[in-house]
Amino acid sequence: MSSKPPEYTLHDSDPDTAELMLSGDWQQGQRPPRFSRVKSDLASRHLTHLTADGSALGEWDSVLMGFLLQCHDYCNAQGIAFEVRDMPHGVEQLLAVATAVEARPADAQKSSSWLSHFEPQLLVRELWQHLKESLAFTGEVTVALMRLVTGRANTRFVDFKNFCYQAGPHAFGIISLTSVLVGMILAYLGAVQLKQFGAEIYVANLVVIGMLREMGVLMTAVVMAGRTGAAYAAQLGTMQTNEEIDAITTMGISPVEFLVLPRMLALIVIMPLLTLYADLLGIVGGGIVAGGMGIAPIQYIIQGETALSFSHIAVGLFKALVFAVLIAVAGCRAGINSGRSSAAVGQAATNAVVTAIVYLIVADAAINIIFQQLKI
Amino acid sequence: MTDGSAQTPLIEIRDLTMAYGTSVIQRDLSFSINQGDIFVIMGGSGCGKSTLLKHMLGLLRPSQGDILYSGNSFFQASDSQQGAMRQRWGITYQSGGLFSAMTLAENITLPLELYTRYTAAEITDIVAYKLALVGLAGYQSYYPSEISGGMQKRAALARAIALDPEILFFDEPSAGLDPISSRLLDELIAQIKESMGATVVMVTHELPSIFAIANNSVYLDNISHTMIAYGNPADLRDHSNEPVVRQFLTRSAAAAIEDKP
Repeated sequence: MSSKPPEYTLHDSDPDTAELMLSGDWQQGQRPPRFSRVKSDLASRHLTHLTADGSALGEWDSVLMGFLLQCHDYCNAQGIAFEVRDMPHGVEQLLAVATAVEARPADAQKSSSWLSHFEPQLLVRELWQHLKESLAFTGEVTVALMRLVTGRANTRFVDFKNFCYQAGPHAFGIISLTSVLVGMILAYLGAVQLKQFGAEIYVANLVVIGMLREMGVLMTAVVMAGRTGAAYAAQLGTMQTNEEIDAITTMGISPVEFLVLPRMLALIVIMPLLTLYADLLGIVGGGIVAGGMGIAPIQYIIQGETALSFSHIAVGLFKALVFAVLIAVAGCRAGINSGRSSAAVGQAATNAVVTAIVYLIVADAAINIIFQQLKI
Repeated sequence: MTDGSAQTPLIEIRDLTMAYGTSVIQRDLSFSINQGDIFVIMGGSGCGKSTLLKHMLGLLRPSQGDILYSGNSFFQASDSQQGAMRQRWGITYQSGGLFSAMTLAENITLPLELYTRYTAAEITDIVAYKLALVGLAGYQSYYPSEISGGMQKRAALARAIALDPEILFFDEPSAGLDPISSRLLDELIAQIKESMGATVVMVTHELPSIFAIANNSVYLDNISHTMIAYGNPADLRDHSNEPVVRQFLTRSAAAAIEDKP
């Protein structure tokens, strides 16, 4: 099957009338002439009529239609009367359909340059927006909590139970792994330094205090931010996309009471328990390393006990409560304020994890400084 | 109607049984769709219309029977053959199925870039033309979430016809549109089908659409779980032996039908 190359010729019959003769196969792979070539030919003439003649056309597909549409739009803009003649079956009708509706003017189109997303004032505005949203959300949650305390909130207990189950028992595996390893890391880190003074036995103090006050709760919180916080953002973001949150609102139920409170309360209950569990496993992990360095388990336990005090545990649990609220707020805020597309839901989940981790580190530093000053 | 002719039908459904696990949705479906038809799959809510369409598109496997395109079984074909068949189809989904993270232009560009040899500049022209065809000229840089539901339906149609398909599948094309937009969409589908020489397979229960553009149809019953009528919808409305089909097509309550002889 030999194909004829697509070409056009321009015939002037009058000074103000021209015929555009199209010939050959106008289809994919043939690289037919671009309209910009015709445009420069037409620009040198002062036409009032242009006729596109298709009597010599062979095969054709959408590329011909794209060309004809550009001819039509150009002639329309220049005040030239454009018509088609002897076109293959369907072309005339398709062109009529395509030109039935006025094109949206070009200046109304948005610029799609990626650079436009990186304006500094836009970044500042985004940050400001984020801050306002977070504050407003915290306010809403506080109001909802007060309604809950006075027993007027629409919060379903069964949801709370499900979220507890998802956040707690399901996280045991990963929490076990991370805390044992963190305990071992702490022990190694300390052992190398303490060995220089012949004080390896104090590894036990380091691990116990380090896990209880700091590492147990922080690692648990980071895992929960990635696991549960992101899940909350994705759940609520999808509900936003499906108009479920609209449905809840129009039923007269506050989405914060109905969706956010059970999630937040579940985290508040689960986080301290997981923290205690992580503390214990971390100490066990440290013990394994200590054992490897020749400290007998019983020595490790007795030495560790001297470091153990209620205030260390209390500090860890206090942090667990604060972190639980922060993770839940970051996750639920991102979800509720999510846009209504699959990309927006993904963004909400990312946003939830990033803000949660930033909140965690900042809050942890602040709590440590305050407790240091108070000598707790 | 041209069924009964000797030529191979474009699509043939042969003794198809569809089931989710052990629950049978529809059994013993046999009908054929010819070149140039506008074919409608009708039936009450939940009777398996969309499921049938998903089987025809190869998204679900039949538990029995087969679906043939131009005489070739889809489910026995190799992956590359299936891919070649799919390139001849254009599909719009019930909720549009537009990629929400891409602009309208990118949505339409994607199949063109994947499956054709057009140059990038030609693709830009073709995208402009396809959008103009559905009345969305100039909306290239909009995201699906920024335009109305009716415009999304039309944008989905523009993406479906990107590759100049031979068969167009529509799942509830006019659901959720006002009567005027819905009629305009019907006309658009008929015009595009006519000028591109395509075949249209449509799931719908919009009676005006059915009578305006369809020339052949099948009715799936959700009580007996099989097809109980097959033919031109206007004929079925006037002459079907099944009261429920006449009822469906005349939009009347059961009592009114029983009065008829």
